[in-house]
Amino acid sequence: MERLKGLKCRECGRSYPSSPIHVCEFCFGPLEVDYDYEVIASQISRAKIEAGPPSIWRYAPLLPLNIPEGETPVGQAVGFTPLLRARNLAEELGVKELWVKNDSVCHPTWSFKDRVVAVAIGKAKEFGFDTVACASTGNLANSVAAHSAEARLKSYIFIPADLERGKIITTLIYAPTLVAVEGTYDEVNRLCAEVGDKYRWAFVNINIRPYYAEGSKTYGYEIAEQLGWRAPAHVVVPCAGGSLITKIAKAFKELRLLKLIPEGRTKMYAAQALGCGPIVTMIKKDTDVLVPVRPNTIAKSLAIGNPADGYYAYRAAKDSGGYGEHAEDEEIIEGMQLLARTEGIFTETAGGVTVAAAKKLIEAGRIPRDEPIVICITGNGLKTPDVFYDRLSVDVTIRPSLQVFDQALADLKSKAAG
Amino acid sequence: MPVLVRIPTPLRSLTKGQAEVEGQADTVAGLIESLEKQFPGLKERLVDESGEMRRFINVYVNEEDIRFLQGDKTTLKAGDHVSIVPAIAGGG
Repeated sequence: MERLKGLKCRECGRSYPSSPIHVCEFCFGPLEVDYDYEVIASQISRAKIEAGPPSIWRYAPLLPLNIPEGETPVGQAVGFTPLLRARNLAEELGVKELWVKNDSVCHPTWSFKDRVVAVAIGKAKEFGFDTVACASTGNLANSVAAHSAEARLKSYIFIPADLERGKIITTLIYAPTLVAVEGTYDEVNRLCAEVGDKYRWAFVNINIRPYYAEGSKTYGYEIAEQLGWRAPAHVVVPCAGGSLITKIAKAFKELRLLKLIPEGRTKMYAAQALGCGPIVTMIKKDTDVLVPVRPNTIAKSLAIGNPADGYYAYRAAKDSGGYGEHAEDEEIIEGMQLLARTEGIFTETAGGVTVAAAKKLIEAGRIPRDEPIVICITGNGLKTPDVFYDRLSVDVTIRPSLQVFDQALADLKSKAAG
Repeated sequence: MPVLVRIPTPLRSLTKGQAEVEGQADTVAGLIESLEKQFPGLKERLVDESGEMRRFINVYVNEEDIRFLQGDKTTLKAGDHVSIVPAIAGGG
């Protein structure tokens, strides 16, 4: 029996052999990897997972790759990032049990995108492609560039031309071909859908998307394993294209199906910026019709106005009994600063969105204060410190003299006492 | 009005493999009717039973999503480019 049965349309159920395609020919619904869970059940156990490498590859039976025995996959050290008990932030937010899943330190490009890209590049290699590509708001660009360098594949990376400089440099260093497109991410993405139709490239988030998206499940597997093989009651997830929230929910569902964690329910909460929050708007209005928006937010990595998985992200939140919340730009900045000053973690604007949304959901009583909560931090603040250049400054500049320092310290203390 | 229509791979079996076809219409809705006459079966792939554009299809006129214009009532002029693109793509 084969573990991987091919692809299946999530909408109409039509089956397709495993191939680099992503939409159903008949209804245009998304194709998903079709697993035989009985075969997986015979290959997997808590003990086997725990004996595996400290990376996403410990969950290899649940990923859509055929890795030959003894071969090291591209992205060998991706994942298995810290799940931290956030006691200071919990105290600040007035909750009992709060955890931060910290993918701001994911190897090698410091965002959760390394998970999906490692799987996508592995699959592109299996299919025999020599060129990979993507449309990106930055983190994906970093990761595709890095992993294709490691895999010795050519890469074409398409980004909105107004992307933060930090994310451009952290892509260019890996020597891909970087194409800046004068437009929003949604326009870049539409262009790439047409480019992908014309050129035989492995677009990780287009024709390789069914495989790519599966990589996000590892974020959920790790949360459950690191909590001692249990799923949390509440998970707050930042949403851009909307895939991550659906795949974390799928991860818990699979672990329950395989009896690796106890039965139970995890409520999923979507976090978006007010300036680009079409998924949260669907949740608040309780409608399954996505109305695209033109993004206007500092949270550029989440600035997708026409999210591919918007409908499914809405379903993941609603069906689980969760909800969603928007964060204004000022709240996003405060969220980043709150996480930094309470837990010593510098996340990017997307993480600020998540912290701010979690805070609002807790304050509004949407998330109860006495149940386990996980906040998903998916990117690193060091890539895009731009938003802080005008907001933060050194406290005092002095000559190298003890006497001068004594005076400066006294001044600072009296200023603080105000 | 003659307009150029880009056909995505999943629909090319209906357009005899053509990636670009010419259509004649004054609006997007009219264009879909005109394409149906040339390529029977195309309409039901784009529009659901209630006449709405299907959830997983996006249509662009000159690179602009018709949901930012007037939806299927968006008017067309000679030489416009219309793209039919599967909605499921992308993400960060």
